[in-house]
Amino acid sequence: MSTRWFGQPIPRVEDERLLRGAGAYLDDLGHDALAAAFVRSPHAHARITDVDVSAALDVEGLVAIYTYDDLPDRLAEPLPLLIPHPTLTHGRTPYALARDKVHHVGAPVAMVVAEDRYLAEDAAERIAVRYEPLPAVVGIAAARAAAHLVHEDVPGNLAARMTQSTGDVDAALAAAPHVLSLDLAIERSASTPLEGRGVLARWDAEARRMRIWSSTQTSTGVRAAVAAKLDLPLVDVDVITPDVGGGFGVKIMHPWPEEVLVPWAARLLARPVKFVEDRREHFVASAHERGQLHSVRVGFDDDGRLLGLDVRFWHDHGAFIPYGLIVPIITSTQLLGPYKPGAYRVTFDSLYTNTVIVTPYRGAGRPQGVFVMERVMDAIARELGLDRTTVRERNFIEPHEMPYDHGLVFQDGRPLIYDSGDFPASLAKLKQLVGWDDFEQARETARAEGRRIGIGLACYVEGTGVGPYEGGHVVIETSGKVKVATGLTSQGQGHQTVFAQIVADELGVPLDDVEVVTGDTRRFGYAVGTFASRAAVMSGSAIALAARAAKEKALRVAGDALEANPDDLEIVDGVVRVVGAPGAEISLGTVAVLSNPLRYAFDTAAQAATQFASGDPAKPPVPEDDEPGLEGRDYFSPMQSTFANGMHAVVVETDPDTAEVKILRYCVVHDCGTLINPRIVEGQIHGGVAQGVAGALYERMAYDDAGQLQNASFMDFLMPYASEVPSSVEIDHLETPSPMNPLGIKGAGEAGVIPGAAAIASAIEDAEGIVLTSMPISPSELWELRRSKETG
Amino acid sequence: MSELIDVVLTVNGVPRPLSIPARRLLSDCLRHDLRLTGTHVGCEHGVCGACTVLVDGLPMRSCLLLAVSVEGNDITTVEGLAEPDGALSAVQQAFRDCHGLQCGFCTPGFLTTVTAGLRDNPDPDEQQARDMIGGNLCRCTGYQNIVRAVLRAAELAR
Repeated sequence: MSTRWFGQPIPRVEDERLLRGAGAYLDDLGHDALAAAFVRSPHAHARITDVDVSAALDVEGLVAIYTYDDLPDRLAEPLPLLIPHPTLTHGRTPYALARDKVHHVGAPVAMVVAEDRYLAEDAAERIAVRYEPLPAVVGIAAARAAAHLVHEDVPGNLAARMTQSTGDVDAALAAAPHVLSLDLAIERSASTPLEGRGVLARWDAEARRMRIWSSTQTSTGVRAAVAAKLDLPLVDVDVITPDVGGGFGVKIMHPWPEEVLVPWAARLLARPVKFVEDRREHFVASAHERGQLHSVRVGFDDDGRLLGLDVRFWHDHGAFIPYGLIVPIITSTQLLGPYKPGAYRVTFDSLYTNTVIVTPYRGAGRPQGVFVMERVMDAIARELGLDRTTVRERNFIEPHEMPYDHGLVFQDGRPLIYDSGDFPASLAKLKQLVGWDDFEQARETARAEGRRIGIGLACYVEGTGVGPYEGGHVVIETSGKVKVATGLTSQGQGHQTVFAQIVADELGVPLDDVEVVTGDTRRFGYAVGTFASRAAVMSGSAIALAARAAKEKALRVAGDALEANPDDLEIVDGVVRVVGAPGAEISLGTVAVLSNPLRYAFDTAAQAATQFASGDPAKPPVPEDDEPGLEGRDYFSPMQSTFANGMHAVVVETDPDTAEVKILRYCVVHDCGTLINPRIVEGQIHGGVAQGVAGALYERMAYDDAGQLQNASFMDFLMPYASEVPSSVEIDHLETPSPMNPLGIKGAGEAGVIPGAAAIASAIEDAEGIVLTSMPISPSELWELRRSKETG
Repeated sequence: MSELIDVVLTVNGVPRPLSIPARRLLSDCLRHDLRLTGTHVGCEHGVCGACTVLVDGLPMRSCLLLAVSVEGNDITTVEGLAEPDGALSAVQQAFRDCHGLQCGFCTPGFLTTVTAGLRDNPDPDEQQARDMIGGNLCRCTGYQNIVRAVLRAAELAR
């Protein structure tokens, strides 16, 4: 037997070229392209009274300046509201370039195209825009107060109010022996990939075709958006995703203004045009997430079992809402984690503010939901004097209760039904890993040395692999090489490696013979995109099915050639052979030749094929139920998401003088079903944990009352360096295979980040004896909490 | 502004004659004039370290240098790190062995930084390895595997 690749922690096939500096990221392409730069609003809320470009016209190398008034037809309409919802009664989206008004600092007002980026910026800074400032709505409190409105026609700054419930919460709370109320807050942060957004467009005037490269998480989405906005047939638009320098959510598509403006300019000017976002632009013109306030009432019995949970929260979605209600819907459903809430009711308001828009950032509403639920668990434990793990255990959904139906509707519009998971087993593993039961000894030892340490934990469940579908295409070439394509994109997850592992196993070919392409609409036209931890689940499954289809045909064709029953054939190292009949074999490359009746003998594989008879002389060369070539194409479309889960425990030390928080240990128990490549999964967890730590201790978007982002640079936005993350992340896997897909996998991309703020809050609280209700927390904030505790 | 200055930059051992404006950043010059796009730009204010190149062997942020200011210096970019026979250098190989990269955008800056760091200290302990990469940002890996890669590179070089 050849090696089974599935489950092997092999090094990545992507790495060689990336390590040599031979990657091809967006700005590595299009050296002949004109450069676009944008004039962006310096005001959070203002009326535009005049745009004077005259001073810019003399700038050397200037090619064009565009403002709203230049936009034709559909480009002049507001950008789409990509994901509508019945409760989203007041959805507002921006114009590609501001019309009359700006609604946040960084909003694009004019686009400048010049021979290079330096010259484009020279011209941009000479464009004089006159603004009449309007009062800015910043923060959830101001949005709720609605003393001022972000959009004149949206009363109360309220885009949507949505309620879901199961059971009679009011009755449950009224009857509960214990009821607690908590107010909990999470601040804004952002995906912050090292590479910003970017787009390059090349219009072929002779062929009337548009070719676009975008640093995107969904090339098919960009393709459809551009075709619609520029009134082009879809078949005449190609979108290629080059190497992408990280995404984490922000590079999803709704579309971004630049993604439609740049192709439009390229067609108009008949020259390639490129836009590459700089770091400051990324802070003020790309998306943020996380900012929410929550008010909770929880009822429970003397054992700490939940009887009723009533959650009200307010979600700050920024100036527009192109991506709909995905984030707050996820919070409102995934808040429940591995627990049975008793009766549950959740209502959220999604509110406009004069700040950058909000779209999902890795975790997508779950870090907030988990923070809320885990704070509730800790509060119950404190109230009843129970161990924090005991309260959790008593509220877990038990393995025998799977599949578990919460009676709610998830973000994909499907019922919230957990497919798998063994939460008691996960918690037992975590307690073992971190040494939960022995911690009091460690605490005493530390205390004797004058040190304060604390331990905390948090649990989550994550719906991954949302639909509706992904597809895969597998073609075996006459060289025997296998070319695989799927439509969704890659931003560093190692898809080329893991998908090759799947195909190598399914087909029985050497791993090195498999080449995977993602996110290129020329190779695969139907796809959704890479988000919601869905790539391995969706495209991995689709590619496995496509490979199985290719294999079935290979065995059929080889069976004809070898005069054997396909059931008696196997494929080993790229050779089809008759089991138990040494020498009766044919290479897959030769089978590929035989699969195509047009057989010019221009290579050795074709010459080799001539020794085999093929085809039934009683049938046409390509029978009715067949097609030429050795290919498989299939789609995977599950009934619902599959639910991964995990639990983190963290040990922190807090400095008695400075209130600095140091993470001593970080432990993860993680169940993402079967692992395709454990090395890659662990890498995903490491990166997620770093972002979780960042959201707990460092990162926030510091808007002032005027809507100016005060920390819009890497000097001031405290993205962790190596010195801020745990020196090691201790990981234990639990593999409960998902029944929802052919490979038993669940998504892993977002998992690491989700419980970070909750677990670290729990640990700081344990070290300090101070109740935490808001994250992130800085040393000065913790110091203030200490002081207010001391002064009573 | 339109005045061009003639310079010869020595990049990866090769003299490269150029006519460039005085304000041209070294990062842009390497990437767009010399088409050495392995050097990446992550922040343009010297904080992230993705654009780090070696100037006479010392790691420097190419987004904070004017290209015309490094005439006469030896510049090494990520494209110049491999062994003369084309094999990955010990540092490059270690990053592969240890899964020290994901999206790969910050990676060239880490590779140049670590290459210089290991010349200064060929035998770092874990804390020294962490310090060595302490000025470079990575959003994907959480740094644990990069620290391992530094230690592994030291081992490979021995």
